Amino acid sequence: MTDTSFAYVRDEMLDEQPAPATSTGVIGWMKANLFSDIPNTIMTIVGVVFLYWFIPPIFNFLVTHAVFPWSVENTIDACRTEEAGACWIYVVDRFNFFIYGFYPAEEYWRVNICFLLGAVTLVPLLWPDLPYKGLSAIGFFVVLPVATFFLLNGGGFTGLAEVPTEKWGGLTITLIIATVGIVASLPIGIVLALGRRSHMPFVKYVCIAFIELWRAVPLITVLFMASIMLPLFLPEGTSIDKLLRALVGVSLFSAAYMAEVVRGGLQALPKGQYEAADALGLNYFKSMYLIILPQALKHSIPGIVNNFISLFKDTSLVSIVGLFDLLNTVQATTAQVEWKSPHQATTGYLFAAAMFWIFCFGMSRYSMYMERRLDTGHKE
Amino acid sequence: MAKSQEQLQQTRSATSLIYDPKFRSIAFQILLLVGLVVFGWWIVNNTITNLQAQNKTTGFDFLGITSGFNIGFTLIEYDRSSTYFDVFVVGILNTLLVAVIGIILATLLGFTIGIARLSNNWIIARLATVYIEVIRNIPLLLQLFFWYFAVLKTMPAVKDSIEFVTGSVYLNNRGLYVPDPNPNDAFVWVQVAIVAVIIGGFFLHRWARIRQEQTGQRFPFVPVFIASVIVIPAIIWLLSGARIDLDYPILGRFNFAGGIQIPPEFVALLFGLVIYTAAFIAETVRAGILAVNTGQTEAAQSLGLKNSDRLNLVIIPQAMRVIVPPLTSQYLNLTKNSSLAVAIGYPDIVNVFMGTALNQSGKAVEVIFMTMMVYLTLSLFTSVIMNIYNARVALTER
Repeated sequence: MTDTSFAYVRDEMLDEQPAPATSTGVIGWMKANLFSDIPNTIMTIVGVVFLYWFIPPIFNFLVTHAVFPWSVENTIDACRTEEAGACWIYVVDRFNFFIYGFYPAEEYWRVNICFLLGAVTLVPLLWPDLPYKGLSAIGFFVVLPVATFFLLNGGGFTGLAEVPTEKWGGLTITLIIATVGIVASLPIGIVLALGRRSHMPFVKYVCIAFIELWRAVPLITVLFMASIMLPLFLPEGTSIDKLLRALVGVSLFSAAYMAEVVRGGLQALPKGQYEAADALGLNYFKSMYLIILPQALKHSIPGIVNNFISLFKDTSLVSIVGLFDLLNTVQATTAQVEWKSPHQATTGYLFAAAMFWIFCFGMSRYSMYMERRLDTGHKE
Repeated sequence: MAKSQEQLQQTRSATSLIYDPKFRSIAFQILLLVGLVVFGWWIVNNTITNLQAQNKTTGFDFLGITSGFNIGFTLIEYDRSSTYFDVFVVGILNTLLVAVIGIILATLLGFTIGIARLSNNWIIARLATVYIEVIRNIPLLLQLFFWYFAVLKTMPAVKDSIEFVTGSVYLNNRGLYVPDPNPNDAFVWVQVAIVAVIIGGFFLHRWARIRQEQTGQRFPFVPVFIASVIVIPAIIWLLSGARIDLDYPILGRFNFAGGIQIPPEFVALLFGLVIYTAAFIAETVRAGILAVNTGQTEAAQSLGLKNSDRLNLVIIPQAMRVIVPPLTSQYLNLTKNSSLAVAIGYPDIVNVFMGTALNQSGKAVEVIFMTMMVYLTLSLFTSVIMNIYNARVALTER
């Protein structure tokens, strides 16, 4: 029976056929994502028209018509012509000012060492696979700030020329304020968050009042307060550095926001974790340090990094109380006569925006990476 | 035996006072209280000493003194002879003006971009993503500088103004000029009609809901309401002979006469705030929509709800529950961020009161206290409203 063959029964399989050309590859993708139905097609056309309107002029401004140091005509006169785009030679010329502010040029190496030290201590901390986390944490949180202060300020036993903080500026001061703000606000924030969750009513209400007060007012008023009221609060005759005032303001402000994020993490923990820690006979500090905080902080990583990002952006506000951060150095040069040209301000702002963007975007990508890595599946 | 038990008790209670949680908690709180009081006393004492050393008096008497400076943009009557208290009110009103308009526009733009980011269309979704990622990661102050110094300040001079709608809207480096609407007296009836229709709509909505609960019959509330909001005032308009006369800006020899001049500071601040906040609102909206479980969509479909009902009755109410709390905090952020006006010279409360008025009067403590109280009040007011709303929409768990 098996060898009986019928003409209409196929006894060998056909080769697999590729999917129709309209549903695979570029055409299939376009059909699914750009032209699936009429509204979708209309939106695609709108999008393409939008891109056609905006991309070429922006590209021309940034590249084709821009004046680079290596352009044929690379003087300021080239920036002053009618069709000139971005004036990059102005940014290149003022680059050192944007990075170091008024720091004396022959002492730039000190700032560079600080940058290097920061990178060297930060990378092992951020790279999850590297060992000796405790050691690198000490490096970043203790050695770096102390070393940076003595290196930048000089004077005293260091034998370096003294550079007062009024001369610090540019990206240097932006990074200093951001780092100090981050380093100071996280521990203060954790303490405030634990205080807000405390069973002791007085502690609880003091923490609530502190957090809500700081969160209710804009950072500008906090900085104004720090720069005007802080000298009044201290004993007569104490002079307090302008940079230090800003640092105090930024740190306390950011700590209040940090506290709320950490509180979110604490509240997300099941009650059983607290009870289990108690059942093990751990005291308050041990149960917090060993059981509660590691889990709570893990939950709040996205929020913490979001706070870091907004803190980094908020450092630009110190320009209003007279510190020369990155934005203020750029702003100060946009009116310089020797670089006067139609797009001078725009070019400067684009440079500053790019610098801020790189840092903030980097932080947000890193937080997404850590979130995926730390996700041990307890969430759902 | 009994005695030893008692002794044991005694020794334990004697040694364990320090381990008694109740005692420790009370002792710690007293310690904190004493610390705070001492700290507060130290600060107050220092401040008083410092103020005396600078020969400065304290108190709120200065609010009645003539300010002596002018403000470029005010919503109420104000001139050099007005008092510091008027400065305070002008500042609050200017802050609220930019905040309210900013919140409305940022909500519209933010919802559009948030929904666009979830679009099936690849180009639209990518454009929305690029917008969000670029705008979110650049400081607002930098964006304000850009709009003000790089865009609006480089606008043409008055005589070369850019004309938008022929003869009515002009843009130059002194700001935006738009026609000033002057309604005549009869127009009041149109306003009354609009208010009446809105109040009527509120009762209609209640009646429709009660009828639906009782009989199951649905009333097409939204189309009826929109139609009546447009049609009824329009009829009144025609009948009452109400008119809106537009006062057009006319280019004089040096400047425009007539119309409303919107200062470039206001335009720049509004642009910056709206564009920046919209990026955050968009993310909030996206998160809210994604938070609604796919099972909900499927359940709605299996109940046989049509597409619009599925959105209105199932998806949107659940998404709003997630969206509204962070949305409110974005509104508050916008209001607080409007204080950056000081950097570009828009006369908000921080600029005119905490800036000019503080410098002139020298009343640092009082002025800063009052300014902070304004923001604190706004923030607490919003939280109260938020909590009421939250309690209404919160998930009722059984």
